[in-house]
Amino acid sequence: MAVIQVQRKPHTLMERTYLPQIMSALRTTLKYLLKPAETMEYPEQRPAIPPGYRGVPALVKDPNGREKCVSCQLCEFVCPPKAIRITPGSVAAGTGVDQVEKAPQAFDIDMLRCIYCGLCEEVCPEEAIFLQTQYSMTGFTRAEMVNHKDRLYEIGGVRPDSHFKWDVKKAAEQAAAGGHH
Amino acid sequence: MVDLLLSHPVVLAVLKGLVVILVIFPIAAACSMAERKVCAWIQRRPGPNRTIPPFLVGIPGFGVLQRLGLFQLAADGAKFLFKEEPLPDHVHRFYYTLAPVIAMVPAFTTVTVVPFGAYVDAAGGIVPLVLANVDVGILAVFAVASLGIYSLILAGWASNSKYPFLGGVRASAQLISYELSMTLSVLPVFLWVNAPGMPASLGFARVVEFQSHPGFWGGTWFLFTMPVSALIFAIALFAETNRQPFDMPESESDLVGGFHTEYGAFKWSLFFVAEYANMIVGSSVFALLFLGGWNPLPWVPLASFLGFLQHVTGSAIWFHPVAAGLISIGIFVGKILTTLFVFMWVRWTVPRFRYDQVMKLGWQKLLPLSILNLIAYTIGIYFLQS
Repeated sequence: MAVIQVQRKPHTLMERTYLPQIMSALRTTLKYLLKPAETMEYPEQRPAIPPGYRGVPALVKDPNGREKCVSCQLCEFVCPPKAIRITPGSVAAGTGVDQVEKAPQAFDIDMLRCIYCGLCEEVCPEEAIFLQTQYSMTGFTRAEMVNHKDRLYEIGGVRPDSHFKWDVKKAAEQAAAGGHH
Repeated sequence: MVDLLLSHPVVLAVLKGLVVILVIFPIAAACSMAERKVCAWIQRRPGPNRTIPPFLVGIPGFGVLQRLGLFQLAADGAKFLFKEEPLPDHVHRFYYTLAPVIAMVPAFTTVTVVPFGAYVDAAGGIVPLVLANVDVGILAVFAVASLGIYSLILAGWASNSKYPFLGGVRASAQLISYELSMTLSVLPVFLWVNAPGMPASLGFARVVEFQSHPGFWGGTWFLFTMPVSALIFAIALFAETNRQPFDMPESESDLVGGFHTEYGAFKWSLFFVAEYANMIVGSSVFALLFLGGWNPLPWVPLASFLGFLQHVTGSAIWFHPVAAGLISIGIFVGKILTTLFVFMWVRWTVPRFRYDQVMKLGWQKLLPLSILNLIAYTIGIYFLQS
């Protein structure tokens, strides 16, 4: 391809003194100086959290207030930095929810390891673990940075959904039992 | 007894010295906070606004001071006083300690010859308020201010490491280059104010007096009659006070910290108080020479302004020396603060020059321009005054 010679205009005397350019730059900075601050004053002002934000992972309860996790340990296996540690346990008889097979005896998420990838949320078959909008986790010791089960439920709270999978199972069991009688 | 003691020249000199230190030191420190605030506002940040002593929290009025960062300033000052004074092993100890002290001396000495206000005496004459009313004002400022460069060279050399040394070398070359054009640029002003047949004076009071005459030409500030001089002086002032875009001696991006790389704590802060004190003196010289000193507006001298106040309020209190003195000091300080703001405004607008550009601008552009300017005004003033 042919070389195109760009004709450059020689600078005028005023341009070579730089003064008009400096003046216009000063006008720009003055304009910015008079504008309000763009930044947020953090602890008092908080940014709006967009939907789908990946914050601290936490366990949630269903609308009946029952823990949804059945300690299948899929999240523990999928977790890339191995931040989740689950001790499976069984549901105590006579609690009214003993149709559920299992429940976690202990559920620890080490927030010093967690990378907020959201794979636990994605893999959970029970929709029991969700990444919350909370983004600030601080502590003075390593032990403080491990979220135990009670803290996880405290952060997660109740998630309003309408699957009621275990209620359906209980109803079916009762219907089957009733059918036999 | 007290009167006798107060009128003793040595006591007076000590008092004046204390006044200089007690006034300039806080203003210079406040400038550092103003710099951070102006920087923040230009970058659309709030700037330092958090620090407040716990016992003042919630008291109305102090919240504004907190937002303006005044307690941050106090905290910084206290930090500089109390933190450990590092003294690296490889430095030349005596000169290393001497350099910041030397930085302070010219900065505070030049303040004494700068008049900062005036009052009208019984005879109707304007009496300037100045600590040392010498007749060689501008000469004294130039002579003493150029000593300030020794502190930079000494700091650079005594630090005994390469970046401070480079900073010191740059400082010496830069300050010598711009001193020439600075001196040449103010000569037309003094040529003009010293008409033949008058007792000659290089004092600032004469220059301001010359800009306070009634009438169109009498009240014109030298900024309007000598714009080129004012421009050269302003540019040279930026270079002399090591302000961006001329902060070659300390340019962080290529010299770490330049001449003060090896300094810390109070010694470091002394360099900065000296830099801001130099800026204050430079701004006052600029205001006196080109912005009419303590005259409120172009073509409105102080005396007419006081007359106007008297006319409006119907009281002669404005011509009382104390009132007139305070008004003139207020006007003059206002001008200095505006000039200081321009210093900061330019700093956060114009990027730093390359070193060869600094030299080229100084020797190949400003020096010939100031010589031409001097020749042109000399010829003009000759025909005007003959």
